Amino acid sequence: MDELLKLLSGNSKFTSDELSMILDEPKDYLEKQIREYENTGVIKGYQAIVDWDKVPDAKVTAMIEIKVTPQKDTGFNSVAAQIMSFDEVESLYLMAGSYDFAVYVTGKTMQEVAMFVSRRLSTLESVLSTSTHFLLKKYKESGIDFYEDDSEEDKRSLVL
Amino acid sequence: MVDYDKMLNSRIKKVKPSGIRRFFDIANEMEHVISLSIGEPDFKTPWHVREEGIKTLEKGKTWYSPNRGFAKLRNEISSYYRRRFSLEYDPDSEVLVTVGGSEAIDVCIRCLVEEGDEVLIPQPCFVCYEPITEMAGATPVIIETKAENDFRLTPEELESHITPKSKLLILPFPNNPTGAVMRRSDLEAIARIVEKYDLFVLSDEIYGELTYGGERHVSFAEIDGMKERTAVINGFSKSYAMTGWRLGYALGPAPVIDQMTKLHQFAIMSAPTTAQYAAIEALKNGDSDIESMKKQYDMRRRLVVGSFQKMGLSCFEPNGAFYCFPCIKSTGLTSEQFCLGLINSKHVAVVPGNAFGECGEGYIRVSYSYSLDHLGEALNRIEEYLSEIKNR
Repeated sequence: MDELLKLLSGNSKFTSDELSMILDEPKDYLEKQIREYENTGVIKGYQAIVDWDKVPDAKVTAMIEIKVTPQKDTGFNSVAAQIMSFDEVESLYLMAGSYDFAVYVTGKTMQEVAMFVSRRLSTLESVLSTSTHFLLKKYKESGIDFYEDDSEEDKRSLVL
Repeated sequence: MVDYDKMLNSRIKKVKPSGIRRFFDIANEMEHVISLSIGEPDFKTPWHVREEGIKTLEKGKTWYSPNRGFAKLRNEISSYYRRRFSLEYDPDSEVLVTVGGSEAIDVCIRCLVEEGDEVLIPQPCFVCYEPITEMAGATPVIIETKAENDFRLTPEELESHITPKSKLLILPFPNNPTGAVMRRSDLEAIARIVEKYDLFVLSDEIYGELTYGGERHVSFAEIDGMKERTAVINGFSKSYAMTGWRLGYALGPAPVIDQMTKLHQFAIMSAPTTAQYAAIEALKNGDSDIESMKKQYDMRRRLVVGSFQKMGLSCFEPNGAFYCFPCIKSTGLTSEQFCLGLINSKHVAVVPGNAFGECGEGYIRVSYSYSLDHLGEALNRIEEYLSEIKNR
């Protein structure tokens, strides 16, 4: 994989000065490269990875498996377009395997998410069935450790 | 009442305890310290290597090993030296597996020198050579390497410290704490002096695989005529991230290895069995692990060295190990003052350079055996600290 993308996908806050030192490439070249990635949509955006459990009005997240009937002309795409138009839907993936779509939905409460599924998703014409799984605990996301026991702490002793 | 002072060996009592302990105690007691002081890899031992250790434990292979180490491991070590350095060592008579590189250094020095001998030690360097020399009854002769020579040992510096009593030269390169390396031409120049004065050499090459800048590490034993007067010390700690397994080895002429084996046999018996099985796997299938860790270290190295230079601290480019050794003389502080100030005001721990010999005064050792994110945060804090000192 492109080293620049690998670094940015781990931490998008590296400055171009830092990237230039780490990768041993001129700063201008890297800045140009990043702009190109942004313009061509290789880099879609930059986000903070938030541990929502630590925020007072926490959110609940569910992963919903959906089976659908693909449409005659547009296949899965038009169904996907319908599903992704809801603000509650955070991510949507077409899957290989025993169901078609994996949908990540967030809401304030489990009740709210359940209502969204039963009222908005299940009622879509091409949806055959849904199965909702609530996320109980996040251990790792986007390569970042959310599991705060001390197992990942630096346990190395001070030895010269 | 027992008079311990009378009981204890006066030669051991005379050895100074490590001066750095006090500083480490402060660092250990403080909370939320960002450390750049640790001298071991942050990587875990590669999984396939750990797994091999686990497998042999499950099978109950928990007995002693032969004194010199398992034959299979000695064979692998020998073929590794052939593959990487084109050096031939007979696994039966020229290889000794030890408890870390440290034990190999200890038995090697003790086998070679005695009262009346002088041991030439280039400093700054790792802390063990001087006390081991003293405990063996010999006299350490310190050679101060200089920043203007990129902390390499020059033939002139070496020659000017040689006396009729000189017997053993320690070559600790790639160097902890400076990150200095000796390239082939540097070693050739040293070899001429070694030959001229009939010295023996302990070449501590534990960081050999962590050599940057395009050229590979050259073992001192590769230089013409030097194999017969060199004990090469190496191990698994740094290159395979296996510090806690405690496994190293020495390679050298059979008469030297024979005597070292005797000491090792009576004092230690044999190196850890599980670690030896794991090490066989590391040597067989671990070349790519070394490459990928080295690539990470190299990125970190450039970030750290570049950042220090931008902060205005002069820092020669270290081409080995995972340390850099910036000069802090421009701040007007001593190494210890600098480090205490940094830890107290910014909670960042680095090691005062004088922990590695008096000539390290005016420098700090910064380990980049940390993630890029961790390094970035620590470097920002050091930069703040520097501007606060300046504005005082």
